[in-house]
Order: sequence, then structure tokens, then C-alpha cells
Amino acid sequence: MSKPFLSVERLSQTFPDGAGGTLTVFENASFGIEKGEFVCILGHSGCGKSTIMNVLAGLAEPSAGVVKMDGVAVSGPSLDRGVVFQNYSLLPWLSALKNVTFGVKARYRDWSREKVVEHATQYLAMVGLEGDVIHRKPSQLSGGMRQRVSIARAFANQPKLLLLDEPFGALDALTRGTIQEELLKIWSQTEQTVFMITHDIDEAILLADRILLMTNGPFARIAESVEITIPRPRRRTEIVEHPNYYAIRNHLVQFLGKRSKELAGRASGGESQSPESVRIDLTAPTDDPEPAPQKPVLHAVNG
Amino acid sequence: MQMLSVNKRAALLSVVLLIVALGAWEISVTRQVMGEALTEYEILMGLGQPRAAVPPPSDVLVKAWEQLSNPFYDNGPNDKGIGIQLAYSLYRVLSGFAMAAALAIPLGFLIGMSPVAYKALNPFIQVLRPISPLAWMPLALFIIQDSEASAIFVIFICSVWPMLLNTAFGVAGVRSDWVNVARTHELGSLRTALTVILPAAAPTILTGMRISIGIAWLVIVAAEMLVGGTGIGYYVWNEWNNLDLTSVIFSILMIGLVGMVLDTIFATLQRAVTYAE
Repeated sequence: MSKPFLSVERLSQTFPDGAGGTLTVFENASFGIEKGEFVCILGHSGCGKSTIMNVLAGLAEPSAGVVKMDGVAVSGPSLDRGVVFQNYSLLPWLSALKNVTFGVKARYRDWSREKVVEHATQYLAMVGLEGDVIHRKPSQLSGGMRQRVSIARAFANQPKLLLLDEPFGALDALTRGTIQEELLKIWSQTEQTVFMITHDIDEAILLADRILLMTNGPFARIAESVEITIPRPRRRTEIVEHPNYYAIRNHLVQFLGKRSKELAGRASGGESQSPESVRIDLTAPTDDPEPAPQKPVLHAVNG
Repeated sequence: MQMLSVNKRAALLSVVLLIVALGAWEISVTRQVMGEALTEYEILMGLGQPRAAVPPPSDVLVKAWEQLSNPFYDNGPNDKGIGIQLAYSLYRVLSGFAMAAALAIPLGFLIGMSPVAYKALNPFIQVLRPISPLAWMPLALFIIQDSEASAIFVIFICSVWPMLLNTAFGVAGVRSDWVNVARTHELGSLRTALTVILPAAAPTILTGMRISIGIAWLVIVAAEMLVGGTGIGYYVWNEWNNLDLTSVIFSILMIGLVGMVLDTIFATLQRAVTYAE
């Protein structure tokens, strides 16, 4: 089997625990992402999702392990790995357009001014920002618009890998829904490889090709890789009708509610830990040797 | 009755206060001169001479008109127009301030970005900062051997600290998210400093510059009283020696006005670089 486009190999992160010992956030985590894939990672707070993200972005150094992209080990931040931060991280003294051209200029240093502006305007339009609005400062934009600018800035740079760190965490539910669709639209137009952190199960199902499930920390691990067997293009109003939707959702809820705790806190014992692949597809039971684990009913998430 | 806007009411109140204050001043000063008829003895004792008194505002206004209608005359070392004196003071303040900025802003960047540099330089800053700038004057005169340059040095030393500390504070306080944006865009150190850290810290830096120019303008008057020769501080002291209190009051007002203009300029610059988050 050939190596995936992005391959994370035996990644470990430990911090001093303040009492002379060490705290292992995760150990020997291994997973891969294929080119053009949209992968979400789900897990409770404190399980190290953001740490993995920071390592992929090159903003933090792992204690051990490597990240390889296209077969080359990466270190340090790079324009090949774009990041959308949770708090937008727009530069407040620049207009929306200037925030995007800031990125484009850094990426394509030999482009003319006009070309940079044209490229930036095009990507802003792709997330629904057009006209006067793009000349406003971030403080004059709503939270949703700011995150759109941030998404446009990341996509405009056409990175090989796009990292989204809970991009919709600070938005209200309605705005979140709209921007999720904007994100799907721009993603389908660009065939970008995306790795995204989220807390929101429905959001993950709507957006992802595959969801990585993380157990609780310390000694967190990526336990499962759940394939989302719902065809694209997806709409939030339509996917809930799909027979696989609740089966997948229940599986995720059960994991986060119960199994993430049960599986937590086990040292790897030096083994490389790859997630177990899970495929739930009620539409083609003959192709699926594994029976669907739950009936499509709602389960409450326990604390 | 239609209420006037807040600004108009405030302006009206300012004018009323000014008229009342000037009127009170005028009356209190002129009443001293008018007394009862003096006896011959009192005249012989010299009481008939007009007593040296604080001049009334009307005299100051006449003086101001006279001076401001010809601000740049030059009748030798002891008699120069107010414009020339202010120009000398401004020249000293601005050159000392510019030198201080040239040192303090880059050094502040270094201190703000490097915890080691901050910790290493902090003891020196803390000891040097509270020294009255005029205390440096004898040493400066001895080393530099030039009163003009010494005055500029005193301005330099007093304006360097607020700029240095504010720049360091502003640079150290730049949000790590913005620095991460620069890092993920592979900006080099210089480009990060110029395109991210400088604009992010600019409001704090400008605050430091505004404090510095204010202190420099305070200090120049005292410095020029010491070094003499030219400048508004020398002018005040010279007119005191001439017992020309009208000129003293007039120059005090001019010092205030120029100080206000300097502060307004920096306030405008500060507003221009301030951003809302």
C-alpha cells in the first residue's frame, strides 16, 4: 500500500507536569490523509486535538514522531500548510481585502499588484463577500464575515494542506450553518485537502469524508476513523434524511459519550497506534461485512 | 428654547470662564494703583512710585500684539523676537527627540522581542529612568563641551525612556495569533517586524512618543534657563532679569500654546495608527 499524501507517524507529545514528572498528551499516534480528502477530528477538550493541529501547522514541535507530506518530513510553519484559527486572526489594522492580499503577496511574491488584488477579490467572492464590504476593517464586520475572510485568506493561498482549528466555534448556530455551506462550496471548487478540528458532530458529518475519533487524555489516541458514507454534494437539510445519517451519528455520540472514556488513559506500550477503520453503510448491507452497530435512534450524551 | 449642543455649550462656558478670570485679574491689579491721596511724607518715602505689580491682562495683550506682529526680529543677543526664541527651542526639542526615537524604537523592539534582552537591560533602565534630566547637565557640559549640544542631550535623555518602555511593552504585547499568522505565511524576521509587529504595536509606541514630546517640552524651558543664549526658557529668565513681567507672562502663554500644538500633532498621529479589535 502506498503512503498517503499526509502521513503522521508515531507522533508523541509530552509536557512537564509541574511536579517533576511528565504528562503525556498522546503517544505514538499515526494516521494518514489522502490528497483532496476532508478529514475532521472529534474529541473532548484537552485530548490534544489542538496540539496535533499545531504540530501539523509547524507552530509546535512534537516530543517525538514525524509528519510527512508528499513523503517529505515537515518542520516549522510553511505556506504549504495554511491555517484558519478559531479566533479568525485577522490583522485588525487591515481591511478584509488587504488581509487576503497579505497572504497572497506572501505566497506569490512575483505577482503584480493587480493580479494579487484580483486573486484575493475572487476568493472573497467565493465565500460570499463582494462589493464595499471587502474594504471594511475586521472590527466593522460580523463574526461570521470575519471567519469568511479568514477562510478566503487560507484558500487563496492554495496550500497543499489546509488546517481548520474549530473555525466555527465562536459563531452562533445559524451563521455557522451558512458558513459551513460556504466552506463546502469553496472546498468543492478547489479540491483542497482539509484537516479540521471540531466539537460539533453534525458539522463533522456534513463536511467530512472521514472523521477521526480521539479518546480522552492523557494518553489520548485516535481510536477510530469513521468513513462518512453519505454522497456529495451534501446539504444540511437533506443529509438528515439519508439512512446512514443517524447510524453514523449514533456511533459518534456513543463514542464521545462512553467509549472515549473507556478507552482513555492507556499507554501505547511502544506500539504505533493507528485508528481502526469503521464503515457504516445501511444502503449497501451486502458490501458491508460489519453490521450496523446501532438502530437509528437518538442517544443522550452523558456528561 | 432649543438646547445648544454639548460642544457649543462647553465652548460658551469656556469663553465665559476666560472673560471672568481675565476681568477679575484686571480689576484686582488696577485697584492697587488707585489709592487715597498721599501725604507729602508718604510721597517723600517713595510710596508715590507705582508699585511693582503683576501686570494686568490688557498689558499682556498689548505685549502679545507687539511681539506677534513682528516675531522674527533680531536686535542682538539680548533682544530677539519670540518666534526666533521658540524656533530655537523647537529645534533643540525636535533634534533631541529624533535622536531618542532613533535609539529607543529599535532598542524597544529588541527588548520587547527578547526576554533575555529585557531582563539584561531592565536594571539599567530602572536606575537611569528616574534621574532628573537636568542632573545630567553638568556632566554633559563637561563631556560635550558645548552648551547647545548639552541642551539637546538633556532632551534626548529625558525623551528616551517613555519611548523605550512603551515600544518594548507594545512589542511584547503583540498577540501571538498575529505572530502565528506571520509564521504560517513564512514571513522573515524583518518583514514580520515591519508588516505585523510594527502596526500592531504602533498605538502603544505613539503613546510613548506623545509622552516623550510632552516631557521634552517641559524640560527644554529649564534646560535653556541653565545654558542661556537662546530659546524660550532663556527668554523667560532674561525678561525676569529685565523685570519685564508682561513679557514673562506672555512667554508662559506661548510655551503652553506650543506644547498644546505638539501634543495635538502626536494625538493625531496616534489616532491615525489606532485600530479597533
